[in-house]
Amino acid sequence: MSLAAGYMKKGLGIHMMQNKETTMKGVFFLTGKDFANAGAASCELKTILEKMQIEQSAIRRAAIAAFEAEMNIIIYTPAGMMKYSITPDYVKVVFQDMGHGIEDIELAMTEGYSTAPDYIREMGFGSGMGLPNIKKNTDEMKISSAPGAGTTLEFIIKFKQERDNENIRDC
Amino acid sequence: MSLTLAEIKVILNANVLTSKFDANTVIGMAYSADLMSDVLSFSQTDSLLITGLVDKTVVRTAHVANIKAIVFARGKVPNKDTVALADEKNIPLMITNFSKYESCGRLYEKGLRNSYDAK
Ligand SMILES: Nc1ncnc2c1ncn2[C@@H]1O[C@H](COP(=O)(O)OP(=O)(O)OP(=O)(O)O)[C@@H](O)[C@H]1O
Ligand SMILES: [Mg+2]
Repeated sequence: MSLAAGYMKKGLGIHMMQNKETTMKGVFFLTGKDFANAGAASCELKTILEKMQIEQSAIRRAAIAAFEAEMNIIIYTPAGMMKYSITPDYVKVVFQDMGHGIEDIELAMTEGYSTAPDYIREMGFGSGMGLPNIKKNTDEMKISSAPGAGTTLEFIIKFKQERDNENIRDC
Repeated sequence: MSLTLAEIKVILNANVLTSKFDANTVIGMAYSADLMSDVLSFSQTDSLLITGLVDKTVVRTAHVANIKAIVFARGKVPNKDTVALADEKNIPLMITNFSKYESCGRLYEKGLRNSYDAK
């Protein structure tokens, strides 16, 4: 498969760099119940943020929030995608899935609320902390969902420090 | 109090599973949980993780939370994929026969805490 000019396939995602490497965007496709790769997209996003010399605390917050949202797609839906864009000032990540949707978002956001089955708990998930943890780690977070129409979750993490664009390494 | 990985290995009578293992790495904090959201919510950056789970997702959780090294308690052996992933992510893995309770107790006794404030 060949990609349009400027895009590159690396790791699990498809990425594109713009504006002298200060802006980058990309997409990952996530498959439900694919536990062998669960969390891999967020790990890859973290590595990209590290290469772009973003402040450590923002990287950790973004990686944690992305990981929780990615795991929810793997656990609760048949498939979805994770799109990111990194600018000099913030990273924004959007998750869109084709699951059955979240009926009561407020309830889902409550600490400790989970519908995870036992086998998921045995894997270390299903404590009902994921969505609250995304909220806690991000500067803006939005969820929209309708039964049958899937769920869209997006968050933004702002960078506090000026990035040192001289030192951006090859991603 | 901080401990080196070499000291932790002795305290827990642990075996090293990964080929990447720098015995001089200094560990200043530790956290223990079997729930990954717990690790992601409450562990401090650069901590040691003591856990009873051995899935690949534990290594990925550790990677996103900046966990410096992982100890698998009660002799649970991870599969080759988990070890290979940890080597790729540069996260040393150790295995101890002590239970989680006893592993934490032994490290706590030597001064290792779960955050800097507790020092
Ligand atoms: N993308 C999604 N599609 C459908 N339902 C979802 C989705 N994300 C979350 N949910 C529902 O919201 C509940 C709460 O999610 P949350 O991530 O907070 O906790 P959890 O996944 O159950 O446990 P943890 O994240 O601690 O492992 C889930 O149990 C599930 O019922
Ligand atoms: Mg979750």
